Amino acid sequence: MAIIRGFGLPAWGWRVPTDLDRMRKEMDRLFDGLTGATPGMPGAGVFPLTNVTEDSDNYYVRAELPGMKADELDISVTGESLSISGERKILAEGEDAKYHRRERNAGKFSRMLTLPGHINTQKVEASCTDGVLTVVLPKAEAAKPKQITVKAG
Amino acid sequence: MTEAEAKALEAREKREVASAAEQTRPGLTFKPAVDIFETQTGITLLADMPGVKAGDLNIDLREDVITLSGEVERPETAGETEILKEYRTGRYVRQFSLSDTIDQAKIEAELQDGVLRLVLPKAEKAVPRKIAVKAK
Repeated sequence: MAIIRGFGLPAWGWRVPTDLDRMRKEMDRLFDGLTGATPGMPGAGVFPLTNVTEDSDNYYVRAELPGMKADELDISVTGESLSISGERKILAEGEDAKYHRRERNAGKFSRMLTLPGHINTQKVEASCTDGVLTVVLPKAEAAKPKQITVKAG
Repeated sequence: MTEAEAKALEAREKREVASAAEQTRPGLTFKPAVDIFETQTGITLLADMPGVKAGDLNIDLREDVITLSGEVERPETAGETEILKEYRTGRYVRQFSLSDTIDQAKIEAELQDGVLRLVLPKAEKAVPRKIAVKAK
């Protein structure tokens, strides 16, 4: 560095990372891996908000998309990730409509999720009922939990 | 392309109804987002209630207060474990007071893809009329 500060960093300016720092970093990494969010903002601000669950055979991704039909959504999968995009439209209600309240939002969205394991991309199923999207992603054989029997010696 | 079309949707957290006094049952209660607009003939209310089936939606009208309440079934099955949770589910409740200019007998409700459309027609006397002024 070219600039040398007269009152430079004190000797204790750099510290050994504490357990707390390490834990924070680990948490950030976990969240980022799952949501593709920018560091420091785990999962925040990306539409649609998503819930992900798993059982031994599948991953389940759910999102609330009121007013949307399955064919208006663009869903694609690769080995470990799922992308959901589309546009929520709210139709205009005619010239003479005077709004008292306008809380519902319209607009475009696109979201990418990385799942914890590989999926069988051939068998992914998506459905949209009552404004809730459910994507069922079967786990690839390698990602399924295996029961290992311990043999008595 | 209009401004509305170009805009990207932002994620918003669901608004939980906070008042403890209103709660008599376990579980979470949310306030659905609504649009309300008025035309010459009536008032239309649109409410986002994702996860509510037509049979689980109650619209109750008494003493000029209309109450919308929708029950939501837990979408997850028993064997699933959580990996990521960004939104919670629960019933929706919201109340509106109506003016007496609404023809309460002609209220219509329709629920499609989690969006309720409630049409509240104005009573005959409240529909504005043009009054012709005669010149003498």
